[in-house]
Amino acid sequence: MSVIDHGRRLIRVETAHTATLVPVRSVLVCLGLVVVIIGAGLFAMTIGAYEIGFDAVIRAIVDPASDPDVRQVVTEWRLPRVLFAVLCGAALALAGGIFQSLTRNPLGSPDIIGFGVGAQFGVTLTMLVLGLNTYLFKAAGALVGGLLTALLVALLANRHTMSSFRLIIVGIGVSAGLGSLTSWILISVSVEQAMMAATWGAGSLASLGFDQLLPAATAFVVFALLARPLRRSLPVLEMGDDAAMALGVRPGRTRLIAMVVGVALVALVTAAAGPISFIALAAPQIAQRLTRSNTPMGLAPVMLTGAALVIVSDAVAQLLAVPVGVVTLSVGGIYLTCLLAAQFVRRT
Amino acid sequence: MTTSLLARDLTLGYGDAPIVSELSLEVPDDSFTIVIGPNACGKSTLLRGLARLLRPTAGAVLLDGTDIRASKPKDTARRLGLLPQSAIAPDGITVADLVGRGRFPHQSAMRTWSSADEAAVSEAMAATGVTELSRRLVDELSGGQRQRVWVAMALAQQTKHLLLDEPTTFLDIAHQIELMELFTDLHRSGTTLVAVLHDLNHAARYATHLVAMRDGAIVAQGDPQEIITADLVEAVYDLPCQVITDPVSGTPLVLPLGRRSR
Repeated sequence: MSVIDHGRRLIRVETAHTATLVPVRSVLVCLGLVVVIIGAGLFAMTIGAYEIGFDAVIRAIVDPASDPDVRQVVTEWRLPRVLFAVLCGAALALAGGIFQSLTRNPLGSPDIIGFGVGAQFGVTLTMLVLGLNTYLFKAAGALVGGLLTALLVALLANRHTMSSFRLIIVGIGVSAGLGSLTSWILISVSVEQAMMAATWGAGSLASLGFDQLLPAATAFVVFALLARPLRRSLPVLEMGDDAAMALGVRPGRTRLIAMVVGVALVALVTAAAGPISFIALAAPQIAQRLTRSNTPMGLAPVMLTGAALVIVSDAVAQLLAVPVGVVTLSVGGIYLTCLLAAQFVRRT
Repeated sequence: MTTSLLARDLTLGYGDAPIVSELSLEVPDDSFTIVIGPNACGKSTLLRGLARLLRPTAGAVLLDGTDIRASKPKDTARRLGLLPQSAIAPDGITVADLVGRGRFPHQSAMRTWSSADEAAVSEAMAATGVTELSRRLVDELSGGQRQRVWVAMALAQQTKHLLLDEPTTFLDIAHQIELMELFTDLHRSGTTLVAVLHDLNHAARYATHLVAMRDGAIVAQGDPQEIITADLVEAVYDLPCQVITDPVSGTPLVLPLGRRSR
């Protein structure tokens, strides 16, 4: 145990090369989330036109000698979708944590400040105007769209720091503008193309296979590793540029890396599944409350919370036969209303 | 007198007009140096320059013989600390966690919290008298308590030099004195302190080295007993005054002459 009373249970682990404080509550929360993710994932794999029981799903995954038809449905069709849900949830939640920490505002998530819409616009352009429809091209389109939007928002907000309400307002405005541009592209192309783009644009994990999972997972691992040092530097930057510089953080460089990593994480999801709203907004806040952390930035608890949210939302989406984006949008709408109400009450 | 923190021909400013121009200052080692001067004289700008928050347009700040802009930021942060005026306490952070953030320059990816961190945070909280508050939320504290928590954070950084930017502003007189006494204790235990202060009498009482500034330049510096005179105060602040000996501490005490008392 730590001799200092931090207000929560911490266990100090120190060896020759490593030394850290392990927050007991966060470990328990992570374990709980892993159970939820595995349970909901297995349940999600029982849903579909071809009925498979819970036990058959488990057998198909662990036993190579089980019914080949069932194995094919489970491992080739349904498993990639579940893995994608975990990946998308984790990436979006991490991006949300990064931006909320940068902006010091629970509303400062990429889906509110316009980077999500920017990525979506980039993909729409790549798919419909340039006619490029593979994952890597869409990911590049999403990344460029997201980064240019970030640049535009930063220029319009005209502040050196990211920590202003102004940035969020400008972001909402830019989102609306880019959203209408996306709609304009949709109505000017052929019906078939518009249908394809609209299905993607609702945010769906349904048609994703291993061919897209591999590049997306590779990109995710790269950016999650880049985000690792931000776990320590972003909370320091939350104390203001002066305090952060005095502690040896370079505010400009840290902010730039955080922006690029955050936008890339959103882009890799958007390119694969389309916009899945509100995960980036809600997951860091939920994780922060579950672990009683003092920053929305986090790694394991934040990513696991996002993964659990998407996988449960996707199971619900399959039961209701709607795209997962519709479910997260509906649940997130309620959450956003509560959040705005709480901020309003605090301000007055 | 030895000095390991000094400014050499330092020019600082925002935009074109320099606020501090070609200023040289040697901070005596183990001193409690206090910088005073009227509003907009450049004293806070000088402190920001010393703390490397401002990039000089000319000249340099040297710490242990090297330009602080040439060293790695974390390296410098282990030797030179700052109590900034405008630090933000994140929502929902406990006192112990905030003080712990002062350990950032001593930590690495593999060593995020060592026994040295633990010892430094315990000591810093004990020295500032906030140990009892350790699990409280910083938002819930009074202004005086909160300022002591920020001092504890800067102390946990365990730097030889500590810069203080108007540390007593917004505190009542009792908390101001309490904090100045705390800084004196720190100074006696071996930390070199450089503070920007508004209160001339506090500066005269607590400083071992006083620096008086006006219009971006140093007007006088030295032992407050020797340099504080009615002429100096008038030259720096345009304020006619009388200087007597403080009956409590024996240091100079500045009594301004108002229009009615002349």
